Amino acid sequence: MKTANELDVETVEPVKKTGSKGLSYKGQKAVWGFIYVLPWLLGFLFFFFIPLFLSLQYSFSKVESGPGGLSVNFVGMKNFMDALTVNTSFNRTLTESIINMVVNVPLIVIFSLFLAVLLNQKFFGRGVARSIFFLPVILASGVIMTLESSSLVNAINEQNAGSGGVLNMLGSFELARMMEQAGVSETIVSYLTGAVDRIYQIVSQSGVQILIFLAGIQTISPTLYEASKMEGATGYEAFWKITFPMVSPLILVNMIYTIIDSFSRNDMTTLIRETGFAQFNFGLSSAMAWIYFICIAIILVISSYLVSKKVFYHD
Amino acid sequence: MLLTRLKSLENWKSWLWSFVRLMLIIGLSFVILYPILQKISTSIKDKADLYSPIVVWIPKTFTLENFKDAIRIMDYWETLGNTFALSSVTTLLTAASCAFAGYGFARLKFKGSNLLFAGVILTILVPPTTILIPIYLNLKDFTLLGLIPLLTGKSVNLLNSYWPFILTALTANSLKAGLYIFIFRQFFRGIPKEVEEAAYIDGASIGQTFTRIMLPNAMPAIMTTMLFSFVWQWNDSFYTTTYLTTSKVMSTQLTSLPYNLAIQLNGDINKSDPFYMSMVQDTGILLAILPLIIIYLFVQRYFVESIERTGIVG
Repeated sequence: MKTANELDVETVEPVKKTGSKGLSYKGQKAVWGFIYVLPWLLGFLFFFFIPLFLSLQYSFSKVESGPGGLSVNFVGMKNFMDALTVNTSFNRTLTESIINMVVNVPLIVIFSLFLAVLLNQKFFGRGVARSIFFLPVILASGVIMTLESSSLVNAINEQNAGSGGVLNMLGSFELARMMEQAGVSETIVSYLTGAVDRIYQIVSQSGVQILIFLAGIQTISPTLYEASKMEGATGYEAFWKITFPMVSPLILVNMIYTIIDSFSRNDMTTLIRETGFAQFNFGLSSAMAWIYFICIAIILVISSYLVSKKVFYHD
Repeated sequence: MLLTRLKSLENWKSWLWSFVRLMLIIGLSFVILYPILQKISTSIKDKADLYSPIVVWIPKTFTLENFKDAIRIMDYWETLGNTFALSSVTTLLTAASCAFAGYGFARLKFKGSNLLFAGVILTILVPPTTILIPIYLNLKDFTLLGLIPLLTGKSVNLLNSYWPFILTALTANSLKAGLYIFIFRQFFRGIPKEVEEAAYIDGASIGQTFTRIMLPNAMPAIMTTMLFSFVWQWNDSFYTTTYLTTSKVMSTQLTSLPYNLAIQLNGDINKSDPFYMSMVQDTGILLAILPLIIIYLFVQRYFVESIERTGIVG
């Protein structure tokens, strides 16, 4: 009798010998793997790695573009010192964008998880609701977002609508009072009411995250829910004991996605670009970009560490 | 007795939850749709209605003046054509190059491939602003490792052409390409190895296995990548405003719309008021996203279906 293992070896071996170019299957795979990855590798070198290295070099240098081409002179930490101590808006913009990130990321992640759970339930008009909630994926990116905030028509409409604006303020004011009386601490209250006031911003930034969570929820086997129902678990318990642990790896994914998604639309990006392309101070601009990148990297590392400790993995 | 009461309590709870859910969904849908509805309402309003206190949503006098102005100033049809061409070309090239790279990383392991994949993750995590200036300078005097000056005597300026987009898309380094490679890799890893091995035993080469077996199976991933890539390229203002300064594509035209409008209306004292400008700008935004919304209406069901099967979650 042959064991399964021996059978395996026999079926694989002839293949190895007949492989073209005299390479084994594995060897061929490695060669082709390199060929498949090659376009990306070239792009990575020319459009990512070399620029990244150059940008690091620029950040330590005075870059001047003259008639004879680019002149790069080493000046040490001067650009970094300039960014942190001389430039008037850098510190403020940096702290603002980081605070925004720290405030918004948990809100967006929690909100999108909640909505994904909601959109996963069966109800009338679910298809329509889903397509509305994914609309921000196509609308809230790039230039549209920037222009939207500066629209004057919004302002005049609110003025005309009159009571609408007042009602809105009253609403979150009442909510705040109610929560404070209930003994909730003041920071949490202002955080939550702030979230209510920024609801559009949050909804419009959570399209992709809802998609990812929804996809994750749908891979959970329904037998788990059936079993828990038989044991008498309520929907609330089922969420915390089944849904939440099962999608917890995705919380990490979504958190990272939310952080990198904010790159394209924040004031920091605008400031860095303006320093580079309006004032032609390439050195300072690179230094700013690197400080920003380092801050982001620290946030990413800390948050991934905190979240990944709590994450449940199937295997 | 108690049982029936309990039952009705359960019933009440489920009804209450349905109601709350309905309210939440309607409310949030309204929040999402509100800006679009408002833009539609603004775009068909006459200027006089803007100041009328009784007009909020439905205008008293309908007009298509705003559309005409916005279309004229944005050079809409030409812009639309350009944007469509740019987005489709980059989308196709990005999807193709990312599929190759994703398959390479997922199944065709070679020495150092994991290290290179760490490079992909790095491209996702590093803010594009960090490398913007060197890329800009590089494209301004593009030499391709000194090859081009050897042939023609001087370097070429690739700015203000579509070449930066084509080159980065071809090499899987365009806007958010790292994410697409990641999606493809996850997806290809999810396809059972046996499928591939069976194809190989039947005499298919690695290239054939990829094009005839793996790619048709990867349709959901391809759809997702193409959708995202198209939409993001369409809306992107970061790269387009850097690479293209005079070319007419949607996002540059939208950014410069207020400015162009101001120039155009400068002579006409009657029209140069900030509210009117804002009105035309809103119409412009509506015109810019209209093609996307139309496309979305047709493909939105693939959106949900495809992401469910891309294995991004696995």
